[in-house]
Amino acid sequence: MKLDTTGLESLPTLIAPQNDVVGDLSAAPSFDLPNSNDFDGFVKEAIQMVKPAKGTTTLAFIFKEGVMVAADSRASMGGYISSQSVKKIIEINPYMLGTMAGGAADCQFWHRNLGIKCRLHELANKRRISVTGASKLLANILYSYRGMGLSVGTMIAGWDETGPGLYYVDSEGGRLKGTRFSVGSGSPYAYGVLDNGYRYDLSVEEAAELARRAIYHATFRDGASGGVASVYYVGPNGWKKLSGDDVGELHYHYYPVTPSTVEQEMVEATGA
Amino acid sequence: MTKKHANWSPYDNNGGSCVAIAGADYCVIAADTRMSTGYNILTRDYSKISQLADKAVMASSGFQADVKALQKALSAKHLIYQHQHNKQMSCPAMAQLLSNTLYYKRFFPYYAFNVLGGLDNEGKGCVFTYDAVGSYERVGYSAQGSGSTLIIPFLDNQLKSPSPLLLPAKDAVTPLSETEAIDLVKTVFASATERDIYTGDKVEIVILNASGMRREYMELRKD
Repeated sequence: MKLDTTGLESLPTLIAPQNDVVGDLSAAPSFDLPNSNDFDGFVKEAIQMVKPAKGTTTLAFIFKEGVMVAADSRASMGGYISSQSVKKIIEINPYMLGTMAGGAADCQFWHRNLGIKCRLHELANKRRISVTGASKLLANILYSYRGMGLSVGTMIAGWDETGPGLYYVDSEGGRLKGTRFSVGSGSPYAYGVLDNGYRYDLSVEEAAELARRAIYHATFRDGASGGVASVYYVGPNGWKKLSGDDVGELHYHYYPVTPSTVEQEMVEATGA
Repeated sequence: MTKKHANWSPYDNNGGSCVAIAGADYCVIAADTRMSTGYNILTRDYSKISQLADKAVMASSGFQADVKALQKALSAKHLIYQHQHNKQMSCPAMAQLLSNTLYYKRFFPYYAFNVLGGLDNEGKGCVFTYDAVGSYERVGYSAQGSGSTLIIPFLDNQLKSPSPLLLPAKDAVTPLSETEAIDLVKTVFASATERDIYTGDKVEIVILNASGMRREYMELRKD
């Protein structure tokens, strides 16, 4: 049983079809499906065995100068930290970023796929795709796989002819336009900081600091978030990475260690 | 009609550990040669390492049948690539091919946990680490398989390289020399063998550098 995945096709077929041990190599890429009469159960069990990365904090918001995007970098499998260096902000093209929450492979693969589609749109129409269009391409793909167990919670942020754009897209089929989003297990903590400090007329520096602080506080309270807080800014000239800080070190930046009064008293006492 | 094979699974776990370390001008890829199922040791001499291209070597643990199918699919795709482009695939290109190949079986995954090691176009060592459905990441060193939870903390402690996400960027490559890296790999496998029943018998170590490819073996505990 094969799915119709003509949407995956990005290159014309170069060689004639053939059959061999690994199947038809020249055919459009397609997904192998298990020959099971309980598809849902099988996929659920299979994905349990290969344990996808869960637990994340990502955020993005529009302000006067553009869009600010930030994320942590931790991947965990249950209690085990499988990586502290995941790139959760995916660079779709020089003017568009995507964020990753949920299944790491699902997000990575479909953002890569979206990047191809955006480039193809650019070549066919001699202009860059709008953020609205790009997010809709992704939402439509994800909707077509609805109920098959994909796990994606993403924000598409970018700059197009209409200015800054920000959309939230998920694997349940949701697609929302907005000015302020946070996704992942650490999002309640990030929203707390973000909503408290947000103003539309923030400067780039102030916005970057707000984003970094929101990620830091989320990693502080959410065990499944951590690692490095990356901050990206998307402006009229495309995106730029503004900072990448180890949150372990950020902690001492926000809460510097000051010698306790007791220690000082003792020093003075011995000196006297 | 009676219900048959209610608990049958298409998967088995044959265990095994894989490690790869990237240096400034070399790459070390290693895996043990034990293959087990449950408490049963099936063989003490099964190679988990396969050379996919001149400068790309993959070590895989998990389910042997899936690993074999994956290796076969990749080498067939690489053969076609060679015919079409008249050159060997680069390691970063092979890395993305592996990612896509794994993801095309998203709904019926290969039960395979891979590390891909090699040299990039500048001759620098590179290591790519994967999950079973194709999410991947370039790192300085990595471990996969049954002993990975014992090995990774040890490697973190010995050669914790700065995160590639930091800004201003710091060089994420391992500071060790080639011989130091090989010695570290041997130590790491000897330690994992002490506490993981699926790791043992022998380590196969593949070293890639400017002068080509070299293989080394070291005996491990056989109990």
